[in-house]
Amino acid sequence: MARIESEIGAPKGGLIKWIDDRFPLTKVIKEHATEYYGPKNFNFWYFFGVLGFFVLVIQLVTGIFLTMSYKPSAAEAFASVEYIMRDVEFGWLIRYMHSTGASAFFIVVYLHMYRAMLYGSYKKPRELVWIIGMLIFYVLMAEAFAGYLLPWGQMSYWGAQVIISLFGAIPVIGDTLVEYIRGDYSISDITLNRFFALHVIALPLVLIALVFVHIVALHKVGSGNPDGNEIKDHKGPDGVPLDGVAFHPYDTSKDLVAIIVFLIFFCAVVFFAPEMGGYFLEYANFDPANIRVTPEHIQPAWYFTPYYAMLRAVPDKLLGAMTMAAGVVLPLFLPWLDRSRVKSIRYRGWLYKLALAIFTISFLVLAWLGTQPATGIFVMMARVFTILYFGFFLLMPYYTVIDKTKPVPERVVWHG
Amino acid sequence: MDRSGSFVKVLLSMLLLACASTLAAKDSAIEMLPANNNVGDTASLQRGARNFMNYCSGCHSAKYVRFNRMGRDLGLTEDQLIENLMFNAETPHDTIQRTMRDDDATRWFGNPPPDLSVVPRSRGINYVFNFLQSFYVDPDSPTGVDNILLHGTSMPNILWELQGYQKAIFVEHAVEGGGGTELVFERFEPISEGSMSADEFQSFVRDTVNFLDYMSEPVQLRRRAIGIWVLMFLGVFLILAVMLKKQIWKDIS
Amino acid sequence: MRHWFRTQPRFDRHPDGKKGLLQIYQFSGKAKNDRPRSAYGSAIMTDDVDRNRRHFLAVATAVTGGAGIALAAIPFVASLKPSARAEAQGAPVEVAVGSLEPGEMIRVIWRGRLVFVLRRSEDMLARLPKVTEYLDDPDSLNADQQPDFAVNEYRSRKPEFLVVEGSCTHLGCAPLEQFEVGPAADWFGGFFCPCHGSKFDLAGRVYKGVPAPTNMRVPPYRFIQNDVIMLGAESGAA
Repeated sequence: MARIESEIGAPKGGLIKWIDDRFPLTKVIKEHATEYYGPKNFNFWYFFGVLGFFVLVIQLVTGIFLTMSYKPSAAEAFASVEYIMRDVEFGWLIRYMHSTGASAFFIVVYLHMYRAMLYGSYKKPRELVWIIGMLIFYVLMAEAFAGYLLPWGQMSYWGAQVIISLFGAIPVIGDTLVEYIRGDYSISDITLNRFFALHVIALPLVLIALVFVHIVALHKVGSGNPDGNEIKDHKGPDGVPLDGVAFHPYDTSKDLVAIIVFLIFFCAVVFFAPEMGGYFLEYANFDPANIRVTPEHIQPAWYFTPYYAMLRAVPDKLLGAMTMAAGVVLPLFLPWLDRSRVKSIRYRGWLYKLALAIFTISFLVLAWLGTQPATGIFVMMARVFTILYFGFFLLMPYYTVIDKTKPVPERVVWHG
Repeated sequence: MDRSGSFVKVLLSMLLLACASTLAAKDSAIEMLPANNNVGDTASLQRGARNFMNYCSGCHSAKYVRFNRMGRDLGLTEDQLIENLMFNAETPHDTIQRTMRDDDATRWFGNPPPDLSVVPRSRGINYVFNFLQSFYVDPDSPTGVDNILLHGTSMPNILWELQGYQKAIFVEHAVEGGGGTELVFERFEPISEGSMSADEFQSFVRDTVNFLDYMSEPVQLRRRAIGIWVLMFLGVFLILAVMLKKQIWKDIS
Repeated sequence: MRHWFRTQPRFDRHPDGKKGLLQIYQFSGKAKNDRPRSAYGSAIMTDDVDRNRRHFLAVATAVTGGAGIALAAIPFVASLKPSARAEAQGAPVEVAVGSLEPGEMIRVIWRGRLVFVLRRSEDMLARLPKVTEYLDDPDSLNADQQPDFAVNEYRSRKPEFLVVEGSCTHLGCAPLEQFEVGPAADWFGGFFCPCHGSKFDLAGRVYKGVPAPTNMRVPPYRFIQNDVIMLGAESGAA
């Protein structure tokens, strides 16, 4: 460090020195940006972390502005959304950004998680990074679910009705729990009001805290890479990983490209297809909540449909709810289910590749099934793919052990 | 005539009930005509606004739509608004309210007629386009008509003077994968002539639906116009960022 | 000053001392010797063309990004302005003044603001010239405080009707009416603000030596009938 100091010159005083004497500003910037070294061989899949952070910022900013005009009451919620769409200058843009951002959040987070499965990012020493990430995912689901009620449309109302009723499946305390969640004997103004509190204060605070911890944990162990080796194992004489590049300017310049590409897709939806074929904004949600009429097709937002399909695959309320919960919770245990010697798919054998392919197909098919009616062939399919989904996780301790892996190179593979 | 009409209705509703689960999967057995409306066509929107205020706004409100904004978007002056469209409003700042009182609406129709501000966004514009043309004579209905797209609707055929009356022709089909037959709607047949020809009537409905489409999202034209500029900006930004990234990554080997 | 932005130790300020955004384009030749084949920085460029290109790209990207952020901020800032509903609720209001007795005042609300409508008696009007020597702006020269039509000795369209916003120009309190003359020698009736003691005459003109800096504001209005005021619009159909 002394040599580096002499090379770049000690702080010459002034404002930065004044701050540094009181707050570790330079130190933090060095540790987490200019001298935080990530692998130089990051590929496409490694963009989704920063994109997730970017979407979080979009959601926070647009959310704050929506809160200024939204009214969390059953009598006024639907009208206040239309008020935002029509009477507030550019309110439509802010609202579409928020509704598109919600779906974008899940797209980005799902791809971010899939990256971890491709390259074994959850394996030692990054188990905690993974677990914190899964907690972020759970909080995000709660956040999305609470936010979904706020427009007080037909889908908001009946979707919440169905999902909250799930908690009634829990033996003994179920019915009481459901009433405590709703704060009423049915979904009502009271439910809306408390979901608003959860959506705009409680859950975002938790989310931000978890994201912070996620990054702290990551920077402690360092980023993984598509080859699944550790760049920290090969350092130069100055202690800098030989295969590392500083976060700034290398990753930042790369991430900027990713953010712009993301924004092109994002804005294409916001400006040209904000409803996204009824998946980002559901058609039935343009009808105000009506306690007397259930819409013909009830389905949760698309990002919940894989789990919803698992729920409906089981012809029993409690078992169905448990299946769904297990489907959500299982990935949390990946660091211990996966017993392979290698991290990256590049050096795994055909067995894992096959298993991951089956998982991928199962997840996508379940997502599609969740949007279809629960009848006949669809139920059978949901059962088959639910079993395959669970098989991927539960059989993992076996097939990852017998899978033939290839030797992992010492240094990262790089075609500069 | 009467008897066969009621028989058809009873049979149809029984079949509908029996097949409720399978039918629920499909949106509708009726093939819908595309509305092919154009929200950019201001003249059509003006005609649609006139149609809406004359034929719809007695019973239906559009309570999120303000006259002054509508006037601006449709290229109408305040005077034109006041003279031609603002029947139930006092100032151009007002929203479109229906003439009918709430308790009257409930007494006459069971449910108050729905607000039409965002209806095309929940039902789809083609649905509304076809719905308005799908009333047929049904003597058993309190309004004298039923609608092929929404059986048992309490909405009367408000446009019959323009369209004329029509009847629905149903034909028997074998029930898929089971015994028996079901009656399936095939086509409409005019009974009486309206004041408009079939083509005139369809463009009348198209204008009206176009206006409904506009009302459901008044900003939609502006949204797309802004979107093009945003995407062009991002395109330029992307080119610069890619060049910068390549330049910086030249360091790395 | 921005030394902490420097990216890596091997970069140094360019000999010609060129400074720039983020300094991501500045290199020093000596790094080449120090770390000849470091994996993260072996291809050290000393080429001026490349350096200038990098400088240009960094500035261009930063400027474009900055412009993008500024443009993206526009809708958010614009959304803060009064909405169409606020405008609707702030629409002009009709005030019937026919039933007002001379010397009687009513309070009306327009755009959520208090507006005084005072029918001045002959006696009140006669007092207006007497008070001018005590006033700060007796001729209503400050154009922000009234529409053009009210730049006259009565500060009104019709001499007998005073229409002013009932808001003290100091800090916005509602002044009280004290229409009687005296007891102070300079008091010919007017408005007195209880908050900080500002004084205004019967045309809403501010006294000298009080905290309020300007005359009370006259809102836009016009007579749509002889005894009906349309408050909030100087002209227009409705």
